[in-house]
Amino acid sequence: MIDPVFLAEAAVNGLLLGGVLALLALGLNLIFGVIDIVWIAYVDLVMICMYAVYFIVQVYGWPIWVGGLASVALGALLGVGVHLLIITPILTSAPVNQLLATGGLLFFLQSFATFLWTTDHRSVRLTLPRLELFDMPISVARLIAFALSILAMLGLYLFLSRTYIGTAIRAVSQDREAMALMGANPQRVYLVTSAVGGAMAGVAAALLIIQYAVHPFFGAAFGPITFMICVLGGLGNMVGAFVASFIMSEVIAVSGVIWSTEMGYVIAFVVFIVMIFVRPGGILAKRG
Amino acid sequence: MTGARALGLLGLVALAVAPYVPIGVMREYTIHVLVQIFIWSFIGGAWSLMGRFGLTSLGHGAFLGLGAYTSTLLWNFFGLTPWLGAVAAMALTAVLAVIVAYPCSRFQVVGHYFGLVTLAVGEVVRLLIIAERDWTGGSLGLTVKAAGHDSLLAVQFADKRVFYYLALGLWLIGLYVWVRVDRSMARSAMEAIGEDETAAASVGIHVTRFKVGITVLSAVLTAAGGIAYAQYISYVNPDTLAGIGVSLRIVFAVVLGGMYSLLGPTVGTALTIALAEYLRVLFGLKFIGMAETIYGLLLVLFIIFLPAGIYGTVRQLFRRRRPAAVAA
Repeated sequence: MIDPVFLAEAAVNGLLLGGVLALLALGLNLIFGVIDIVWIAYVDLVMICMYAVYFIVQVYGWPIWVGGLASVALGALLGVGVHLLIITPILTSAPVNQLLATGGLLFFLQSFATFLWTTDHRSVRLTLPRLELFDMPISVARLIAFALSILAMLGLYLFLSRTYIGTAIRAVSQDREAMALMGANPQRVYLVTSAVGGAMAGVAAALLIIQYAVHPFFGAAFGPITFMICVLGGLGNMVGAFVASFIMSEVIAVSGVIWSTEMGYVIAFVVFIVMIFVRPGGILAKRG
Repeated sequence: MTGARALGLLGLVALAVAPYVPIGVMREYTIHVLVQIFIWSFIGGAWSLMGRFGLTSLGHGAFLGLGAYTSTLLWNFFGLTPWLGAVAAMALTAVLAVIVAYPCSRFQVVGHYFGLVTLAVGEVVRLLIIAERDWTGGSLGLTVKAAGHDSLLAVQFADKRVFYYLALGLWLIGLYVWVRVDRSMARSAMEAIGEDETAAASVGIHVTRFKVGITVLSAVLTAAGGIAYAQYISYVNPDTLAGIGVSLRIVFAVVLGGMYSLLGPTVGTALTIALAEYLRVLFGLKFIGMAETIYGLLLVLFIIFLPAGIYGTVRQLFRRRRPAAVAA
């Protein structure tokens, strides 16, 4: 039998991981919901931003907040770039071609990172105190990342609900034809969405680099679980993705302690497959 | 169509004598590349059996890995000949295909969702292989136990030419199955289902039966391809035979070639393998990752500028130029 303290610790770690997964999923889900294209390479963009933070902080010695801001800016730029160069030409292509175009980007980013920076694992070292709560060690880096990712999500929520362009983004995700008839320019909305989605990738990168080492295959490690969360939450459903992130992270963390890390992911994927059959519209969808 | 048939026959004769063409030291290498092209074309063709009907699987690595590992483990631990191991592996793969396809069909999981469910299945198989590292060797992979001598029972031969003819035979079987499916009633049924499931069901097409059937056929052939590859390379690895990477590579090759034509998957596979090999030889160990970088970049460009695939685009060009000739 496993000591309950380990389980409790796993649950807390799962909660903290959930905050970061939620951030990853929200950016992807925004793009998914509005433009209706899966960016298979989304987490690889995060990987590129993580390298940027690593170089700014660890190699050039700038403070971490500079790295974070630069990461957000770079993410937004990458988002716009991907949209203009890859997504715009294939907006009306068959879905399989759309998947493959961003899949090609995945191969490109992965191997270009290998070429430039080799497969070494690199991490940013921050000296942070360790917290103890009921005999459980809690990483302060993870706590900060969790708090900031909740803040970033609130920011995204306010942007989508309170600003004019945010309202337009939500309108397009509901009905793109009607939006065009209302005189809104969907291209501009797409561009802003890609920039915001990319910026979210930048935020996620800055928060991930203080907990995990970055390497060219980082995207392959976190990519699949991010798609699963988006679908589990319901495509384009922000609240659903938020809840799904925590379900998945708890499954991974707790079963990771009971069996092994791989089995944690296996169980998370199986949960995903079963949930697709039981609730295809996402966990928060009304039964139809 | 006699012209095309004669051309096909000529091509076949050329392939049959190819291993005996004296081109010196390059022969072994050329045969090696050709064997890989045959096996992966066969796998691509198996994928396209589903893909052409809108069942875009992003998890064929699951079937590939399950097939290759089952036969390899049976041989390594129990000394069961890969011929019987292949039967067991294909049966197991068929069971997995039913487990995936039946609920997908019953709950109408299509499009993006189908892609993501299959992607998850592919990852599950990859992670299970890694997790069961006591038998499977985990991420380090597993070497097929050497028989020590040429053996038909172990399907191990020192001479690559034997594998060449086996792979050629496998590829031809794949083409035959493709043609049979193409000319069958199942094709019309599957096309109707791909267009509109509800309408297809309303005219009496048993949607679930056809979907599960085509998935099982595609999965079993993919497993056979995986076993052939494992026997040829005599090494299996979870990252090259299961998971998202290899699954995407299969889809790429097929879409690049064109998934609606008999030779599309072969053209696409031949091109991607030739490209990868060329870049690998060009850069060698000097710029690690550069070959893959260019490969990825070219894939994006191909998808953007040749959406119908290479074979499909060439055919369209010919059709435009000689509209009467191809009408038959």
